[in-house]
Amino acid sequence: MKQKWIKRKKIKFGQVVLVLLLGMLVCFTALPMVAMVSRALMSTEELYIYPPRIISRNPTFQNFSDLLTSLNASVVPFTRYIFNSLFTTVVTVFLSIMVCSLGAYGLTKHKPAGADAIFAVVLAALMFSTHVTQIPNYLVVNKLGLVNSYLALIIPKIAVAYNFFLVKQFCEQLPDSILEAARIDGCSNLGIFWRIAMPLLKPAWSTLAVFSFVSNWNDYFSPLIFIRSDALKTLPLALQTLAGGAGVVARAGTVGAATLITTLPSIIVFAIFRGKVMETMTYSGIKS
Amino acid sequence: MNRSKIGSWIKKNKTGYLFLLPFLILFTAFTIVPVAVAMGTSFTNYNMIQRPGFVALDNYAFLLLDDDVFLKALQNTLIFALVTGPAGYLASFFMAWIITLVKKGKGFFSLAFYAPSLTSGVAMSTIWLIIFSGDRYGYLNNLLLKLGILTEPILWTSDSDYVMGVVMLISVWMSMGTGFLVFLAGFQNIDPALYEAARVDGISSRFQELRLITWPLMKPQLLFGAINSIVGSFAVFDVATAVAGMPSPNYSAHTIVAHLYDYAFTRYNMGYASAVAMILFLITFVMGRVCMRMFKSDVD
Repeated sequence: MKQKWIKRKKIKFGQVVLVLLLGMLVCFTALPMVAMVSRALMSTEELYIYPPRIISRNPTFQNFSDLLTSLNASVVPFTRYIFNSLFTTVVTVFLSIMVCSLGAYGLTKHKPAGADAIFAVVLAALMFSTHVTQIPNYLVVNKLGLVNSYLALIIPKIAVAYNFFLVKQFCEQLPDSILEAARIDGCSNLGIFWRIAMPLLKPAWSTLAVFSFVSNWNDYFSPLIFIRSDALKTLPLALQTLAGGAGVVARAGTVGAATLITTLPSIIVFAIFRGKVMETMTYSGIKS
Repeated sequence: MNRSKIGSWIKKNKTGYLFLLPFLILFTAFTIVPVAVAMGTSFTNYNMIQRPGFVALDNYAFLLLDDDVFLKALQNTLIFALVTGPAGYLASFFMAWIITLVKKGKGFFSLAFYAPSLTSGVAMSTIWLIIFSGDRYGYLNNLLLKLGILTEPILWTSDSDYVMGVVMLISVWMSMGTGFLVFLAGFQNIDPALYEAARVDGISSRFQELRLITWPLMKPQLLFGAINSIVGSFAVFDVATAVAGMPSPNYSAHTIVAHLYDYAFTRYNMGYASAVAMILFLITFVMGRVCMRMFKSDVD
């Protein structure tokens, strides 16, 4: 009896140490986020109080209304930047899901000649950053006359090796028997893909949606080189303009609000799809 | 005979290719061709106005022998990658490992660890710039002054001795998440019965478990994580620019991608910038290959 009690105590002690350790790590990861939320809710006076506060004592939504109303009176309203980010991101994510799922499914389940070679090239493409291709992309986009347009932010980022890879790894797990059964029932190839495979691949393309959303929403490099006019800027670029330049002190509050608006959507999207993401990442390993 | 052979070949492969067509067109146009074009352009003096002239290896020679700013950028990027790559990688592996050991609050902890990777480098820099602000209002200076560790505030983001350290810390903070997710999934994928069996066979400590069971079984995930971490750490740009500005004080936070951006999109010297891109490409590609060797799966 006593023995058992000691054992239980020991396990509990281990758990306490673990939770403490995790707590410390969470502090490191979460403190800047907490500061961000809190500063977005501080009045300008509170932002410049000494000693500096991390947690706001009298939170206000003034910064948000300043950002969305008074800044809206300027040449390009802030809501326009939100729209730009939302529009280009959602369209890119949707097209990327379609194109990468179609391709990954075709590659794994129809195995055309050269499928292995195609996959080897995709795998190799995982190994270099998009910055390498950015210059020729710029030349292509420039030739097509798409510089300074939404399309410049969308088209180059649909067929992404990383996205293709994720769906392809998940496709491998699809049982052929279900697809075969549908074929016997007279389903067309596209019908099988759309009505049978896509629902089964939901975890994979939900994950793709999350990662693609996050990377496009936060992308700074593409709009930096492709977008010239203020009206087409996306949030990261607009935020940088807002945070730098003249009148920074006066705008510290609105910058805080803009930072929160820029950060929150990705976190919400991830929180919604967390389960699906974990399911997909299980298959994400590369066997070499 | 031959015709029917071709006919049956087409019939056999048609559907697969049709499915792949949209991807292949876009992937070729915006990934494969660009790499080839970047390679070609790197041997020219193309500046978007005049016709490109062939200059052979001049760009590379100048880049590696005479361009002190590039050598500084190369050095910065290498130091950055060698510190943040492994640090972020190990930290995310460690986090994933302890999270599998806790019983309660897995969802909360994983969201808390992953959240920084969901943020934009530019957006979070506005907060980090306040934390590392050079006056007494900066959170870090304020804390260190209060504790008596400092007597004068430190100019974290404009003193060239500190700025790279700040950029590294922020980058580790932001990059732990992706590897973390992959590893967490890898841990969950391992059959608990294996650990039971190992315990019977005499494996006693958690670390032995980690080395003898977890490590070999997670090689595919470890490889995927390593490749992501290499590509990410060599491409450092957003955070460095947002924190240190461009150009940074004494080029202390100048990176390969910053150099590429400078030559390509402020000077429009595409030939020279392409040579920079090719060097970045070579480094990440070789490192990726090395990782593939290191994490070669024994079991298939």
